[in-house]
Order: sequence, then structure tokens, then C-alpha cells
Amino acid sequence: MIRFGYIIISIAFFLIVCGITSSVPAAPMSRQLQAQAGVERFPPPDFVESGYELPSPTTPHPRQNIYEYVDAVVLLAALGLASYLVLKKRSRRAILTLSVFSLFYFGFWRKGCVCSIGAIQNIVLSIFDRDYAVPFVVVVFFLLPLVFTLFFGRTFCAAVCPLGAVQDLVLLRPVAVPSWLESGLRLFAYAYLGAAVLFAATGSAFIICRYDPFISFFRLSGSLNILVLGGCFLLVGVFIGRPYCRFFCPYGVILRQLSRLSKWRVSITPDDCIKCRLCEDSCPFGAIKVPTAEWPARDYDKSKKRLALLLLLLPILILACAWAVSTASDLMSRTHPTVRLADRIHLEETGKEEETTDASAAFWATGKEMSESFMQRPRISRPQLKPAAGSSEDFWDWSLLLSLLAILSGEQG
Amino acid sequence: MAENKREPALHETNGINRRHFLRDSIWGACLAGLGGAAAFLSAKSRSQDTVWQIDPYVCVQCGNCATYCVLEESAVKCVHAYAMCGYCKICFGFFGPEPFDITEAAENQLCPTGAIKRTFVEDPYYEYIIDESLCMGCGKCVKGCNTFGNGSLFLQVRHDRCLNCNECSIAAACPSGAFKRVPADRPYLLKMVEHA
Repeated sequence: MIRFGYIIISIAFFLIVCGITSSVPAAPMSRQLQAQAGVERFPPPDFVESGYELPSPTTPHPRQNIYEYVDAVVLLAALGLASYLVLKKRSRRAILTLSVFSLFYFGFWRKGCVCSIGAIQNIVLSIFDRDYAVPFVVVVFFLLPLVFTLFFGRTFCAAVCPLGAVQDLVLLRPVAVPSWLESGLRLFAYAYLGAAVLFAATGSAFIICRYDPFISFFRLSGSLNILVLGGCFLLVGVFIGRPYCRFFCPYGVILRQLSRLSKWRVSITPDDCIKCRLCEDSCPFGAIKVPTAEWPARDYDKSKKRLALLLLLLPILILACAWAVSTASDLMSRTHPTVRLADRIHLEETGKEEETTDASAAFWATGKEMSESFMQRPRISRPQLKPAAGSSEDFWDWSLLLSLLAILSGEQG
Repeated sequence: MAENKREPALHETNGINRRHFLRDSIWGACLAGLGGAAAFLSAKSRSQDTVWQIDPYVCVQCGNCATYCVLEESAVKCVHAYAMCGYCKICFGFFGPEPFDITEAAENQLCPTGAIKRTFVEDPYYEYIIDESLCMGCGKCVKGCNTFGNGSLFLQVRHDRCLNCNECSIAAACPSGAFKRVPADRPYLLKMVEHA
């Protein structure tokens, strides 16, 4: 079953990498909303009398580009050190020390941005939006942990990710989660990844960043809702080890699948094990399984039956998903600002809404004839709005299908 | 029964069996995929970082910049293009709609924080300077200046304050799509005098 998972994941990965699904054109909003340029109602004076010299506005520079490369080097070093500590030194204390450093560097010093988890969205957007050029550092942040995972397992999660570090530090009274609940909750991460890819690809929003629970702590400011969300995660994290990582993290999903393939990994040496089973209880994440007599002790008949059943179920699940997506796409497309605006304009034009919003007022200010051409785009002018961006409808089905396959393969394997 | 179906152990098959072969080939495929992704993405990427900036010609001064920034004091502030300014005695960016008097007294001012400093230059011209430590980026003065004046006041993301979040909260709330990513080496979209 794991094989099946590998194959599906590889196919999905290649599909995404090759960008086979057609690219979504960028919404032409900004070009349409050209407000009037400044009008020279009062000609600027010459100041011959006082000899006044015009000051020029200051333009403080953003963070130097060189620091971005420093971040990339620190990431590489931290990943290397983490891998060494996990696989060679096998010291929990050293790993915790490194994660505290990561928490301070990537978390509080870098303000948690850009992180590898959010980088997924930049990568997806760069594939689907031809105009968006992803910064090189974001590519590094996305790819380096993946490569390290392929060799050494999820050492990124162990000691480099600041989100993991902050959850590790608050874990005081670990409680075991029943395995059925654990595997059930895990599915949410797949759906979250699928949604994040969808929203990023259509240019609607970067939902991973928007609902990042710990970013407010790193910045020491932020909206109240996110602060409360982060507080809840930390509170739950006192009893349940790393709730975000295990049940929500979309990057963790990718790493989880890749780590199945990793060349070197932490393992319990069978010859040294006395089967006291103390480690099972002490692992707060439920990652240590019951010792078995022999590896691989698998029931092949059972596995085969399971695979057959899954293959039979696949068309039904695909249909169910296609139905779910086509039902939800109408609602979900409203998250795209262009669609929301077009919807609003439509309501106002047909007289269903009297008042204007900021967005529609800004739109009306640009001129009526533009609005007509805007509304005449066939996909939007229908009363039931569909995603504005060209071929995105097919894409939605496709990506949901892919995420579904990932769920199936990942959890049944 | 189960014993028969067991795959041969590693030592029985000269160090290779189907399981290991499959595993290694998928591992290799994944590594190649990552390499391909790296090549593809670095071809698409640019070494320059990008930062958020407001296009002043698209901005509608809705006031979201003052409230939606993740910073307590917004990274967006008002900037003055002095070369476009008319140095008016009665500035519509400085004075409220119906000022009691044409003086710098607080009750006459439009700016909620009194961030605009008005000083006499020569008759009848007055200079208006933004005190950035007081400005909160609400854009009230920008609206006044754009509507009745030359439009020399405009909002900009100040990069000494901006955290350059991957998902800018103000950009998500911007009703006119004025927020865009610009290359970090040219981080401002300043209003300039249009030369004939």
C-alpha cells in the first residue's frame, strides 16, 4: 500500500512540477482601476523671493538583499546540524537547544516570514501566474527541507521550524491521542494543503499565512483573532504534542510522504531492543509502534484486498469530490477579490443593492463603460458566478482529485 | 502459509530484492523531481526579493491601511511629493472641510493625529511637512489633496517599518487592488511631476 502511495505522490509531484494544468491568467483588475492622475489645480510656485529649496521625500530602504542569503545559509546550517544531532548524536537536549535557536532566529528575529510552510503558496502562485516571479530565497526555503527529508527524515520539523519549536516548548503534560482519532484528524492537513494550493493558484489568498496561528507571537503584534487562535493552539499544545504540526501543517503533509522514503532515519535497533515498551509511552506524538517479531511482518493478503477495495472506491470518491467541488466552487470563488467585486457590481447594476462598498465605489469611479466590458466576460456575466480566472474550474476539480489521491495513499499505506 | 508469501530477506538475494529496488527507484525519482523543480523554479525566479508597495494612482484612500496592518502602528504613511505641491495657503489636505479659522490650531486640522506641520515660506505660500512619527496612514489628507488640490500627498509603504509579510493583510483588504509586489531595489512608487 505504501508503494501505491509513493507512485501517486510522485505522479502528483511531477504533475505539479511540470505545471501540466493550464496556467490561470492574472486578473486584469489593477490595469482597469486606473484612477485619475493628479491634476495641477494650483501651479507650484517658483520661490524667487525667499530662495526656498524643495525638500525631497525620504525613501528608507527595505531589508538588504544580502540578509536573505544569510537566512538561506543559516537554514542550510541548521538543517545540517539538526540532521547530525538527530541521526548521529541522538541527543534530545541538543535538538531542543537548536530548536530554541531556530525559534529565536527564524521566529522572533526574522518575524517568522518567509517560512517553508508559506513558501508552498509562492511556489504554486509562480507556477500558475506567469507574471509572478518567486524570489530565489523562497525557492530555497521551500526546497532545502524537502531535500534534507529525502536523505535524513524530517529533521526540519525536529529542530529548524520555529512553529514546531514553540509547540515543543509548551508541551508539558503529554496525553496520548487514540490512533483512530489521530489518523482522522490528520486528514485535515491534506484538505488544508489542497485548499492552500487552490487559493494560491487562483490568486485569491495565501490562507496558510492568513491563518498562521503563531505568527502573531513572532511579530509580537497582530489581529486579536489570530492571537486567540495561537493561544488556543499553545494551550492545547500543553497536553497534545504539536497539534498544528500533526493535524494542520500543510508542509508537514509533503514532508510526511517524503520521509517514508528517507535514506537514513531514526530507528530502534532490533538487536538492542529488550521490548520493555517504555518508549511507546514516552513518545508524545505516538510515533513508536508496537514491536513486531520480524520486519517486514505484513499480511500481504489483507493489503492486497485493501488495495483492490481502494481502487474500486476510487471512481466513486472522485465523483463525490467532483460533485463537492462543483457545489462549493461558487461559494469559494467569492474569496477572489475580482469575483467578489464583479458579484457586487452585478448586484448594484441590477438594483438589488443600493449602497456601494469601497471596492465597488472605486470601480464606479473608473467609468461605466469599463464596467460593461468587465461584466460582458462570459464566465462572469452569468447570474451564478463562476471563478473569474479562465480555466480555473477544471483546475479545481483536478487539484481536488490530486489531494484526494494523496489522502487515500497517505493514510491507507 | 504466511511464511511462503514472505519476501526473501536481504541476505538471501545478494543485497537486492523487489522491495528495495522499488523503494530506491522511487527515491531516485523523487530526488530527480526535486532537482527538476529546483531548475524550473530557479529559471522562473529572480534573485531580487520583492516588497509590497501602493500604487498611488490606484489608491482610493479608503482608510484600511491605518487599521489592517499587522503592526500596531501601520507601516503605511503619507508621503509628500513637494515638486507637485501648490504650497497653498488653504490646503485641503491640512484643513478640515469647514475650518473655524485658517490657523494651525488642532480644531481646524483634518489630520487626526496632527502629523502635518504647516510653516510659512513666503507670501502666500505655506509648506506642509509630514511628521512620520505621528502619521498613521489613514489617508484623510491624501483624499483632501487629491479631490481639491494637486494630489501631491500620497500613501506609501515605509520600508523601515514594513515587515514584508508574505500575505500582506492590507493588500488582502485593499478595495482597489492598489497593493502590488515590486522589486526590492526599487521599493517605492513615488508620484512625480510629469515632464512635458
